[in-house]
Amino acid sequence: MTVKFGLLTLFVDGPKYGYQLRTEFEARTGGTWPVNVGQVYTTLERLDRDGLVAAEGTNADGRTMYAITDAGRVALDTWFATPVADSDRPRNELAIKLLMAATTPGVDVTDVVQRQRTESMRLMRDYTSLRREADRADDVAGVLLLDGLVFALEGEIRWLDHVETTVLRRGGRLKPVAKPRRTGRLSATPDRSGAS
Amino acid sequence: MNADWRATAGTRAAPVLRFAGVSRVYPSGDATVVALDEVTLEVAAGELVAVMGRSGSGKSTLLAIGGGLDTPTSGQVLVEGTPLGGLNPGALARLRRDRIGYVFQDFNLVSGLTAAENVALPRELAGVSARAARREALAALREVGLVDEGDRFPDQLSGGQQQRVAVARAVVGERRLLLADEPTGALDSGTGQVILDLIRARVDAGAAGVLVTHEARFASWADRIVFLRDGRMVDSTGGRDRAEQLLEDAS
Repeated sequence: MTVKFGLLTLFVDGPKYGYQLRTEFEARTGGTWPVNVGQVYTTLERLDRDGLVAAEGTNADGRTMYAITDAGRVALDTWFATPVADSDRPRNELAIKLLMAATTPGVDVTDVVQRQRTESMRLMRDYTSLRREADRADDVAGVLLLDGLVFALEGEIRWLDHVETTVLRRGGRLKPVAKPRRTGRLSATPDRSGAS
Repeated sequence: MNADWRATAGTRAAPVLRFAGVSRVYPSGDATVVALDEVTLEVAAGELVAVMGRSGSGKSTLLAIGGGLDTPTSGQVLVEGTPLGGLNPGALARLRRDRIGYVFQDFNLVSGLTAAENVALPRELAGVSARAARREALAALREVGLVDEGDRFPDQLSGGQQQRVAVARAVVGERRLLLADEPTGALDSGTGQVILDLIRARVDAGAAGVLVTHEARFASWADRIVFLRDGRMVDSTGGRDRAEQLLEDAS
């Protein structure tokens, strides 16, 4: 989804060839989501098949150039006008793991929380260091992207602290409720891999 | 500021700060409280270590002991190879003043002294002439972007500026060890980032740093994050891989 419309956006300022899309996509999303060439070409084929882009001759090097179609522009407008819905986000594995840990005898929630906290801090440290590099290079897109990842991790770490405190206050274990509420699917925090 | 001091930047020399099995037990009525329990930790030159843990986990005790402000019940603390336990009070005071810089949450500036005088104070106490101490102080204030504020008193400065003065005071001279206890605790997040930037820059230039903080965002500026629970080090992110960091630096 993201890659499809991300690539489609790149055609707004003119016709492009396949390989160019990869470089531009990475440049405009702060370089944090590398897309492989295969993924770019399959996505491009799909955009072409769906009539959102169309081949438009070849450039001097003989590469096929593609341009956005009217249908493509409409699809892009719709994409920008639609907020990201909860159902587009993957299930939150961390939430499931922690709630299972909290309700399963013989599992030390504090240890599970601490291992996650360490991992999240390690990740956050790496993002923070990349962010400093992006900042030095005046790569504002990169800085904003990494800020987003850091904010999400910050929220996750606060939540980990909160889970730990709550479970400890209840003696280290939660009792499953007798009759669960039906709330449909929830994801407590956005997926940080961002891959979808 | 000092060529010799910079020359060691980034090398894997003996750790600047070393905790070897350090415990600290406080009496509490008839019982005792174990504030630190067998903590072993090394901080190298050019390395910033963040210490995280809930309140009462021993973070501040660790920092106080590392800076010679408190003494361990057992175990040893070494600063640049010198065991603090073996020093007489005068020698310990000198080492604290000349080798260790502190930054606290509430700035701890002397209100009757100007920013430059605050920064110059440890140097004058170290026997440096008043003129040389002022020169060093202004250089340190320049490093934190406050050289024009040198003649202002703390109450004429914002919280963020006061903390920058405190950082200048902590790094003036040849201090190799920088200890910061919740340095961003009283500041808004943007100002906190400025302070972290300064601490990070000083560490990148070759100092060893320990940062106690409960804020994940600021801890993430460190090379390594250690976690304390009930006085014990329960986990650590591990340091950065040296080769990886060199690659990063080269790119």
